[in-house]
Amino acid sequence: MGELRLLPEQASTIAPEVDHLLYFLLVVSVFFTVAIFGAIFYFAVRYRRRSEQELPNPVHGGLTLEILWSVIPFGLTMVMFTWGASIYFTEARPPGDALSLYVVGKQWMWKLEHLEGQREINELHVPLGRAVKLTMTSEDVIHSFFIPAFRIKQDVLPGKYSTIWFKPTKPGRYHLFCAEYCGARHSGMIGWIHVMEPQEYQNWLTGGAAEGTLASSGEKLFEGLACNNCHHADSSGRCPTLVGLFGKTVQLAGGGMVKADEAYIRESILQPQAKVVAGFQPIMPTFQGLVTEEDVLRLVEYIKSLGAKAAPEGTPTPGGVPAPKR
Amino acid sequence: MITAAVQEREHYLNASYGIKSWLLTKDHKRIGLLYLATITFFFFLGGAFATLIRVELLTPQGDLVSSETYNKLFTMHGVAMVFFFLIPAIPATLGNFFLPMMIGARDLAFPRINLLSWYLLVLGGLLSLYAMLAGGVDTGWTFYTPYSTSYSNTWVIATALGIFVAGFSSILTGLNFIVTVHRMRAPGMTWFRLPLFVWSTYATSVIQVLGTPVLAVTIILLFCERVFHLGIFDPTRGGDPVLFQHLFWFYSHPAVYIMVLPAMGVISELVSVYSRKPVFGYHFVAFASVAIAVLGFLVWGHHLFVSTQSLYAGLVFSFLSYFVAIPSAIKVFNWTATLYKGSISYATPMLYAFGFIGLFTIGGLTGLFVAALGFDVHVTDTYFVVAHFHYIMVGGTIMAYLGGLHYWWPKMTGRMYPEGWAKLSALVIFLGFNLTFFPQFVLGYLGMPRRYHVYPPEFQVLHVLSTAGASVLAVGYVIPMIYFIWSLRYGKVAGANPWNATGLEWQTASPPPAHNFDQSPVVTHEAYDYSTVLGEVEVG
Ligand code: HEC
Ligand SMILES: [Cu+2]
Ligand SMILES: [Cu+2]
Repeated sequence: MGELRLLPEQASTIAPEVDHLLYFLLVVSVFFTVAIFGAIFYFAVRYRRRSEQELPNPVHGGLTLEILWSVIPFGLTMVMFTWGASIYFTEARPPGDALSLYVVGKQWMWKLEHLEGQREINELHVPLGRAVKLTMTSEDVIHSFFIPAFRIKQDVLPGKYSTIWFKPTKPGRYHLFCAEYCGARHSGMIGWIHVMEPQEYQNWLTGGAAEGTLASSGEKLFEGLACNNCHHADSSGRCPTLVGLFGKTVQLAGGGMVKADEAYIRESILQPQAKVVAGFQPIMPTFQGLVTEEDVLRLVEYIKSLGAKAAPEGTPTPGGVPAPKR
Repeated sequence: MITAAVQEREHYLNASYGIKSWLLTKDHKRIGLLYLATITFFFFLGGAFATLIRVELLTPQGDLVSSETYNKLFTMHGVAMVFFFLIPAIPATLGNFFLPMMIGARDLAFPRINLLSWYLLVLGGLLSLYAMLAGGVDTGWTFYTPYSTSYSNTWVIATALGIFVAGFSSILTGLNFIVTVHRMRAPGMTWFRLPLFVWSTYATSVIQVLGTPVLAVTIILLFCERVFHLGIFDPTRGGDPVLFQHLFWFYSHPAVYIMVLPAMGVISELVSVYSRKPVFGYHFVAFASVAIAVLGFLVWGHHLFVSTQSLYAGLVFSFLSYFVAIPSAIKVFNWTATLYKGSISYATPMLYAFGFIGLFTIGGLTGLFVAALGFDVHVTDTYFVVAHFHYIMVGGTIMAYLGGLHYWWPKMTGRMYPEGWAKLSALVIFLGFNLTFFPQFVLGYLGMPRRYHVYPPEFQVLHVLSTAGASVLAVGYVIPMIYFIWSLRYGKVAGANPWNATGLEWQTASPPPAHNFDQSPVVTHEAYDYSTVLGEVEVG
């Protein structure tokens, strides 16, 4: 049997925030539990029945008391609400300079992809002190990406991108769990997060035998799937150019606008008819079934790299830092 | 001989004999007993699954059963306990038996429909049982898509249809209760003279009638998706798996209140009788039941804080969830205040009531934890949530159910249960319960996900504690089973009103005559006026 701990390790910037909220919740709960248990115990002893015929005077209630014990708890719950919500907002908004990574979940493994092209299974290496943002999707059922030491969790859905971010604060090895029941080996869908000193992380990155960056394998796919037959560097012909697309606001046929983010690009590839660009015909074929989620990620990453004029064709930037997009 | 005297008088149990007189009965009391037998079966079935789960979790490796079997065990545990035990438990047994009596009626408004409801529950139960025996189902009792629709190759449809059929049992019972409370109250039984058990059962019925059809629709959609691949929930066909979660919780969150509101009603009765005082703040407790029923429909999204629901939806659902906490808190405070300057007896049902208030307080307070967005992100889908809802369902509902069963047992059977054994088992259950589920709060915060067959070794100590507690708890549940049966023959004869209670059900013989009352009661007092049963007033 392992050693007995009461709290998980604190290894991200969010972790202490969640723990502080826990302490507040505990103090309030212990107070009320002790008060109620104490009152019951005291009344039960003090007013125990002394004779079978005993008949106490009826007391029917008191408005002041009712108001007091509704309003005070309500006030306390609003503190809990606000506190919880503010952490949730922090969790939902990755910092702008976050390192970007991709996660694909499938029964029953985690596939993790670095922009530099490193692919990992059930392991993820990240540098200490650097915010990391994960864009995640699933190839089959719903999974959930959960790192207890970071106090974060996010469901990973098929047909959709979800994101999660964290900033590790302590080097070490931490559990990665799948928290959403996903079938037979759900409890085997686990892995490790390795938080490394930045230098160590650099060595790890360059040491791995990556077959080119994500963007460059995306480029190969782009040619292999003949996307480039239609999409050119300029909007010549009947197809929009994809250069500079990422982050742009796209005008849609039939009115409406959409921001070209990862989810939009993914949808454009798998369900091109869902949102048609204004001024173009819906002639793009769907690639559903022809590409895997990982292929889509590569294409997305390639198209993102087309936006960054400074780093054409997704050249890897030193330090594993993707060149600023948009 | 006393026994002879009991047997001579005609009552609902000896009014007619034979299997047919039970299977075709329209007497709400007999139907209540039919339900009692049915749900007791499912309780011990669900308990058997739980036992296997707890034994498997003694070690981090999966050594007792395979992963596939383990997944079926927790699914069938949930299905049996939620749909075939907890939801019908208090309303369909104690409610069926006592709701008409408490308002001075001879039966429910629709006795035949009442019998039909029981048959529907049995039919649904048999369907689900068939699925369990034929091979089981492994989706979790929550049936999340697209796993349940496109991936699981177990008995999803049969199980879901069983639940679908049982749902109609629940709807019809609710309907029957609503009409009964509106139309069949005895002369003088105004709304604010109703015992609080009737108020809370009434509120529950409203949820049953409004919420359960949504479950039925959800199951139909699940069926269509699985059989005809319509693309409602399947993203590869343009569907949305999260839609299922919305539909499912739109029913299943209010279902929590179907399970716990009647329990609260029982506690109101017990706290009053065993302290001989009217429930403090009667009106507040009554309206709290209604408030819970209404607000319960507005918070389903708190189950989806990490399901890619929008940030602002999360905000609204968290905010509204805190509103439900207030009426629940009001009840706890009022029960506690009822004890003040009372005449408190330590009879077994009161021990269960104390246990309920304590455990429900912990369950409710940890509900405040999981309603806090940032906190829930960490603990959702972990043992923290498992512990939280078992404190409400097992620590709350089952404690109240057992308390109510002991309280009304003399009325139902004409016999007393053995007090010493009963006190002992109440204590065993309380201790066993806490030992089982308290460690799970710690486990969950440490990060142990739920529905894990194998787990990292550092969680083992807490799992061993939990399994030890579960063994104690199992013993605690078996003892009453034995002495209740024993008491049918050997229990002390109870008399009409052994507790000096004020409810109309106590103003008639035990067991009651087939038509409940020899003369139709006329109500002249508010509920819980103990001077009507105890004569002269003594200052306590
Ligand atoms: C038959 C020609 C054709 C092929 C092949 C094709 N596309 Fe397209 N694509 C279009 C057209 C036309 C549009 C604009 C209309 C629309 O939105 O459907 C478009 C739109 C898009 C958009 C949205 C652009 C914007 O400005 O919003 C993306 C992204 C995209 N395609 C990516 C791809 C990728 C990646 C491939 C290869 C896997 C591909 N396309 C293959 C014709 C094509
Ligand atoms: Cu999983
Ligand atoms: Cu809920």
